[in-house]
Amino acid sequence: MTDSDELPLSLVLFSGTEDKLQAAAVLTAGAAALGRPVHIFLQYWALEAFRTGHIDDRRPLSPEAGEFGEQAVEGMRAAGQLTWSQTLVQAKEIGEVDIQACSLSMDLLRMSAEDLDPIVDGIEGVAAFYVNAGDGQIVFI
Amino acid sequence: MTVTNEPTTDYAAQLDARGLNCPMPIVKTAQAIKTIESGQLLEVLATDPGSVADFAAWSRSTGNEIVTSGEQDGVYRFVLRRK
Repeated sequence: MTDSDELPLSLVLFSGTEDKLQAAAVLTAGAAALGRPVHIFLQYWALEAFRTGHIDDRRPLSPEAGEFGEQAVEGMRAAGQLTWSQTLVQAKEIGEVDIQACSLSMDLLRMSAEDLDPIVDGIEGVAAFYVNAGDGQIVFI
Repeated sequence: MTVTNEPTTDYAAQLDARGLNCPMPIVKTAQAIKTIESGQLLEVLATDPGSVADFAAWSRSTGNEIVTSGEQDGVYRFVLRRK
């Protein structure tokens, strides 16, 4: 299934906050640049961030960001930093990045396949996620 | 004919990643290295302070060689040879 002999990196995205999505996108792009396959599993509020037509929406930051964090993120944006979704698109261009929606979270959020942004490759359950993760690391964000 | 002060080294491609934040220098490099042939050279300029560690790790992981690595006035310069 994979054309790389590197162990995959599996990221479970749970948070729909802008800063955690950005951090996850940076980790994804870095792994892709090193030739590591990346599997992303979208759960809960992270899945909501991948809703069709809303992937470019501004999202709240994590509570610990505070006012300083808001200003810092705004500064990066003003300096032309790519958004998290743009970073994921770049990661997909250079490497093997597979993005799957958690089927339980789809039910929770009353989403169907048409509600998923095209950057999402498919829908799977937790068993498929674990099998695809194999012996590689799993990170929860 | 044009006379320039360009170095005599022949780069198959050059990448200006100055001003780009992590991970974009390494992402753009991964893209650029695919545009050249095995054995050819890619020159990269970057200002991200993580570049030195990142390019070393990228080289170890991908097998592409760092021919030259240096820093001047806050600009990091790498010459990479495609595996």
